[in-house]
Amino acid sequence: MIPASFDYVRPSSIAEAVQAVGSAGEDAKVLAGGQSLLPVLRLRMSYPDTLIDLGGIAELRGVREDADAIVIGSMTTHDEVTRHPLIKQYAPLLAQATETVGDRQVRHLGTFGGSLSHADPAGDLPTVALTLDAQLHVEGPNGSRVIAAKDFFLDYLTTALEPGEILTAIRIPKLGEGWSSHYEKFNRVAQAWSIVSVAAVVRRDNGAIAESKIGLTNMGSTPLRASAVEGALVGAVVSPEAIGEASSHAAEGTNAPSDLSGRADYRNHLAKVLTKRAVLAAAHR
Amino acid sequence: MTQVSVTVDGVVYTDEVEARTLLVHYLRERLGKVGTVVGCDTSNCGSCTVLLGGMSVKSCSVLAVQANGSEVTTIEGLAAADGTLHPVQQAFYDSHALQCGFCTPGMVMASCDLLAENPNPSEQEVREGIEGNLCRCTGYQNIVKAIQAAGRAMSGTATSSTATSNTEAVRA
Ligand SMILES: Cc1cc2nc3c(=O)[nH]c(=O)nc-3n(C[C@H](O)[C@H](O)[C@H](O)COP(=O)(O)OP(=O)(O)OC[C@H]3O[C@@H](n4cnc5c(N)ncnc54)[C@H](O)[C@@H]3O)c2cc1C
Ligand code: FES
Ligand code: FES
Repeated sequence: MIPASFDYVRPSSIAEAVQAVGSAGEDAKVLAGGQSLLPVLRLRMSYPDTLIDLGGIAELRGVREDADAIVIGSMTTHDEVTRHPLIKQYAPLLAQATETVGDRQVRHLGTFGGSLSHADPAGDLPTVALTLDAQLHVEGPNGSRVIAAKDFFLDYLTTALEPGEILTAIRIPKLGEGWSSHYEKFNRVAQAWSIVSVAAVVRRDNGAIAESKIGLTNMGSTPLRASAVEGALVGAVVSPEAIGEASSHAAEGTNAPSDLSGRADYRNHLAKVLTKRAVLAAAHR
Repeated sequence: MTQVSVTVDGVVYTDEVEARTLLVHYLRERLGKVGTVVGCDTSNCGSCTVLLGGMSVKSCSVLAVQANGSEVTTIEGLAAADGTLHPVQQAFYDSHALQCGFCTPGMVMASCDLLAENPNPSEQEVREGIEGNLCRCTGYQNIVKAIQAAGRAMSGTATSSTATSNTEAVRA
């Protein structure tokens, strides 16, 4: 199908974009890679009167090092993320999860910032941002602000972005010495979204887990941290039994959906199994 | 209306389009490049795949205005002027990699993209590399063979004109 008519604006700087979004009013939408937005427009599930295309803003693209963190421009494509040496070195979880997103065509256009702003609970990258304690840089009519990932995802397809605000960059702390990570994705066929997935980042000390961060994809209306597992893992020896025991808490505090891909109780089971796999894989890296 | 200027299959076109025009509709309806087809409404099937700035994209999920100033290659731009097929097209023909042929334009373009990055992909790498393209007829078997054969033909490592599944031997 063909999208409904809209006006099209292509600013060339962040300042121009904020200006354009502000003057376009409530029914404007920002266009990043279009890999979620264009399907929605084609199905006429959304009727923006203006599209503000961020594709011409060079300052929104690219990855740089900044002291103990890396800073990724919101318009950096999935493909660029999977290839970037700084991301491979300092945020391998992001590189690994991004490789599982969609297919080559989708990764050539889709962007990191677009994925986070879209905030689909089945999306892989919101979970990665939450698990790595990312900081989201935002520009809007009232200036700039920084939102922690844990405060950014509010509900299904709903973020803390205020009307007129644009996500400009994502700051991710470098993976510390002794830490390792793994993203365990469970989907039915190639190219499909996660039924459930688990991100695990762990620090080993003397054959046991000293600290961990565990994130869950598609176990509620937002990405979630499995804090009960994070607690139970402290001091757990790296063995299938001990990690399995700690992972049995993975569904606590979650609110998994029931849909065509599976019922909530099936997802609760998956969360435990996949958490165990993710932690063991991370610990053996 | 917005003006776009795009180089498609080596020819520069400048047109006024509605902003909502999808790249695939611009190609088919304005330029008559009907080799690129539409197989779904959900960005899943990949039959509309073209190269945009040398990278595969689903042309149903890009606005024509987003392609402004870029170079687009469609299935119609692959063969030589005298009709000699591109090695990927030839390999699809030789390996019987199509039945109804509807997925083929997208499959061939996705294959070109994959082979440009990895000229000698393993079977697994081919299957993952074309995960964005669905075929409802062939069961993919001969498509995988064709892509590997094309890779060998293009990198000059072909040992025979027929597809073999033994890529390791060819690599060695
Ligand atoms: C076939 C297919 C398979 C897919 N599979 C997966 C998968 O397995 N896992 C996964 O995680 N994703 C998957 N995706 C989605 C993909 O990751 C998209 O790239 C992503 O969801 C949206 O990014 P985008 O840059 O294309 O954003 P767009 O589609 O352009 O925008 C998405 C939304 O975010 C808003 N937005 C975008 N950028 C900004 C910004 N900088 N500031 C404020 N608002 C903004 C837009 O207004 C829009 O509402 C798939 C998509 C397709 C088509
Ligand atoms: S027509 Fe199906 S992905 Fe473009
Ligand atoms: S040959 Fe018919 S869909 Fe692929």
